[in-house]
Amino acid sequence: MKFLTALFAGILFGGGLLISGMTDPANVLAFLDLFGEWRPQLALVMGGAALAAAPAFLYIRRRQRSLLGEAVTLSDRTKIDAPLVLGASIFGVGWGLSGICPGPGMLLLLSAQATAWIFMAALGAGLLLAGRLTSSPR
Amino acid sequence: MTSTSVLNSLLGGLLIGAGAAMLLLLNGRVAGVSGILANVLGAQTGEQGWRLGFLAGMLVPALLYGVGHPLLPSGWPLAVIAGLLVGVGTRLGSGCTSGHGVCGLANLSARSLVATLIFMATAIATVFIVRHGLRP
Repeated sequence: MKFLTALFAGILFGGGLLISGMTDPANVLAFLDLFGEWRPQLALVMGGAALAAAPAFLYIRRRQRSLLGEAVTLSDRTKIDAPLVLGASIFGVGWGLSGICPGPGMLLLLSAQATAWIFMAALGAGLLLAGRLTSSPR
Repeated sequence: MTSTSVLNSLLGGLLIGAGAAMLLLLNGRVAGVSGILANVLGAQTGEQGWRLGFLAGMLVPALLYGVGHPLLPSGWPLAVIAGLLVGVGTRLGSGCTSGHGVCGLANLSARSLVATLIFMATAIATVFIVRHGLRP
């Protein structure tokens, strides 16, 4: 059951990534290129997604249990520490260099381009490497 | 910007948000792709079913309709460097565009707002240097 509900949620999520055009690094880089031919699409995608998900977060935060009775663990909303700032900074540089973040990167594995596989292998290595350095898995 | 691309962006965003909402409402989990990947790869706990389900589901639409032939970063050195930075950064910062940018903002998290503003800023700076900064 947990597998099936997550599978369906994943289908919606992946379909959204595909329709939004965010699997094409050119669209992502066009948003990040404020001083070129700027295109605001990414903000619409991210903002639209956050707005659509907000009621569910509001509801579940009060309820503390999922509709199927699962315990809910939402992360800290206020802690702003050095790993957060450093990690987000590093992620942004990699994202700016490639135009690919982890979600779209997953879908790009299906593009059958070697670069996508190399990128995702390095991403996986980076996740494991940083996981060894920190003790806060999420 | 054409009206089609505006519509696609909004519809895509709505679906991404609906997927994140569904995972939270039914599974009680946050749809953060970097976190899900890290836990699958690191085999953190025995609870991998929902993670594998979500990752598999993500691929279904692309399997059916394809992802086209987007232009990816040229050359493997760039792919390795960028991939490593994204992996290390998202793990250290506990989230990526989905975990902080979508779910964190939906959860009205100040922590995620700060993370999102920072990775946007360094990404914009990086693109600026690559595209405009190195010209004579």
